Amino acid sequence: MTHTGIIEAIKENVIQGRRNKDDEGLELDLAGEPGVCELVEQALGEGIDLREVLDSLSEGLAVVGERYEAGEFFIPDMLVAAEAVGAAMELLKPHLLKGGLEYKGKFIVATVQGDQHDIGKNLVAIMLGGAGFEVIDLGADVSPDEIVAAVQREGAEFLGLSALLTTTMVFMKETIDKLEEAGLRSKVKVLIGGAPTSAEFAQEIGADGYGKDAFHAVALAEKLRLSKGEHSGN
Amino acid sequence: MQKKQREGVLVEPYQRLNREQIEGIHRASMAILEDPGIISYNEEAAEIFQRHGAKVTVLSGSLPRSWIIRIPERMVTDALEKAPSVVKLGARREENQLILDAEEPRVRFGTGSECNIWLQMDIETFISKGNSGREIEVPVFHPHRGTVLHLCQAAHVGNYLENLDFFIRPVNIQDDDITEDNHDVNKFYACLNNITKHVMAGLTELGQLDNVIRMGEIIAGGEAELRENPVLSFITCVTKSPLQLVDDTTQKLIEIVRRGLPVVISTSPAGGATAPIQESGAVIQLNAEILSGITLVQLVKEGAAVLYGSVPVRARMDNLHNTYGAPEFNHYNVDGAQMARFYKIPCYSSAGVADSSLPGIQATVEKLFSHISVALSGAQYVHYAFGLLEETNTFSLEQAVLDDVHIGMVKSLLQAPKVNEAELRESIDNIREVMATSHKLFVRYARRSLHRGEIFPLYPFGSDEGRDEVLLRAHEKTKELLSLPPEHLPEQINREVLKRVPGILPRLNPYGGMK
Repeated sequence: MTHTGIIEAIKENVIQGRRNKDDEGLELDLAGEPGVCELVEQALGEGIDLREVLDSLSEGLAVVGERYEAGEFFIPDMLVAAEAVGAAMELLKPHLLKGGLEYKGKFIVATVQGDQHDIGKNLVAIMLGGAGFEVIDLGADVSPDEIVAAVQREGAEFLGLSALLTTTMVFMKETIDKLEEAGLRSKVKVLIGGAPTSAEFAQEIGADGYGKDAFHAVALAEKLRLSKGEHSGN
Repeated sequence: MQKKQREGVLVEPYQRLNREQIEGIHRASMAILEDPGIISYNEEAAEIFQRHGAKVTVLSGSLPRSWIIRIPERMVTDALEKAPSVVKLGARREENQLILDAEEPRVRFGTGSECNIWLQMDIETFISKGNSGREIEVPVFHPHRGTVLHLCQAAHVGNYLENLDFFIRPVNIQDDDITEDNHDVNKFYACLNNITKHVMAGLTELGQLDNVIRMGEIIAGGEAELRENPVLSFITCVTKSPLQLVDDTTQKLIEIVRRGLPVVISTSPAGGATAPIQESGAVIQLNAEILSGITLVQLVKEGAAVLYGSVPVRARMDNLHNTYGAPEFNHYNVDGAQMARFYKIPCYSSAGVADSSLPGIQATVEKLFSHISVALSGAQYVHYAFGLLEETNTFSLEQAVLDDVHIGMVKSLLQAPKVNEAELRESIDNIREVMATSHKLFVRYARRSLHRGEIFPLYPFGSDEGRDEVLLRAHEKTKELLSLPPEHLPEQINREVLKRVPGILPRLNPYGGMK
């Protein structure tokens, strides 16, 4: 395959949502053909510029996003594309530093204390991985203390908190308060989401933003990342 | 090799009646066909029955002249043995044909009735009295007398409705230039020239039968070709309930059968008015009326294709009009489908009529109620299913577009469960695979079902932010479908039809200008 062929194939396989050769994609006959991971490895082997590889991953995701907006694609399509990109990012990880490139930021996600509902949080984690963030998933029913400790330990720049219950959403505020107490609040952007939450609630508890769904959460994270960059002058 | 056809949905039939009840209804129907028998206002039918051994007596002193026909059970059972259990209804496009097999509960849905009123929907913007900054769009309705161009539009849209399997003219054409003599040819032409699915209608004027058949022969490619691929067929409401063969329609039935085209024996007793209101009485009479028609068909021509046309309704107790939204309507119709299956005759049944005169919540509830229950009965050919309001007096295109989606949901609902060894094995593998992941989500595996159309995506007329804009969305969809090109007859065939079939209005010719 030519250089251009590999780059195009990476993009196409992101659209098809194929992590590797075992995935079917949208068309059944694609199983057995190289998927995103095999193609990325091939690109690395042939010395193709990392930035080009990253661009092809992003372009694939952009097409998937457009089709979602047009009503042709649905959550499963977005998810498989993000998973394919996430898998590629894992492969690229050791090469990113070498190439002077890096993740968009370290992002901790967690479902708050007392709450086992983690579908939304899991979706957000996969989508963020696909968008180029380094995601650390703390799981469900995580106490404010555990979350604060993880933020400190990992030096995370973003924290995503999820809750499905009105009885558990109070732990979002407690987590933010504890970040404040630990002197970490200014170092981490806090995003919240989940059925009972809202933009108003985010404001009320002092969060930096509210994502109404996984796509909105990713877009918000990108926005906060850029505004953060502007503030720090990077 | 299995022939191409519209698939409909193959159901596991709901058995409302048990075997004993079915046999009881059969025996009771036989009993009333012998005593009191049926009254025929058609002389030829009386002669045919008499010639084959029925006891026929002139009803003395009656005007118009009429005969009492006492039909012996043996005559009915012989006729039922001769009637085919598989009836093919053809179509302009081969993939749109229907193979109606009485022993296969494969359900298809189509239009029906012949409404006088065409309901036009427009959208108007209203401003709140209390807040002039607040505007809402509201559907407003304008009833019109049905015209032949309305019928063309209905066929045009019907061609694109995914779940519409056949087309029965839903609008009565009442234009000033439509006369008794040209009604039939224009009615069939308006349908056949705009839809590639099977077309069925009643015959208004017996004198037009051969012109209509000639149109069918030209479209199908010849005399034999039309019998092989009957792109059109006929509904005959021969019985006026209770148990009376009307003169005019009975004569039409005899002539249609002689010409070898499929026909429906459609009867519509109204429980509480022209039939007993009790389920058993209504269904006995329904069954007896249909069987008398089927018997006549087989006496005219052995082996003639005929459908068991079950259209029982219940009378409203406030005005004796028909009601289609009552649960009893569903009881009668499900029973009718079971009786047809018992006799191994394909069933033409009825579902989807709203008593409400406007599209909306009442209409949807009434329609879905019978869409689901009658489909569950396994009737092969369910008419009335699209667009009908106000007890079959009004047709709305937007309502037909809504019904199409709802019928699609009903078809999905009634799909057979896909549980087999391969599926079970695949599910075990799938669960094991997902359990080994950190996120434990099955979302990625839903993708295949989603894109194969195996799952219902989302109600297409829904709105965000808590607004109910279903009718506005249906209106938009209707406009979109109307903007698609109609699938007219090929130009050469169209020319031949216009040349050889007298009476078609030149203004309907798509190659000569629709006005």
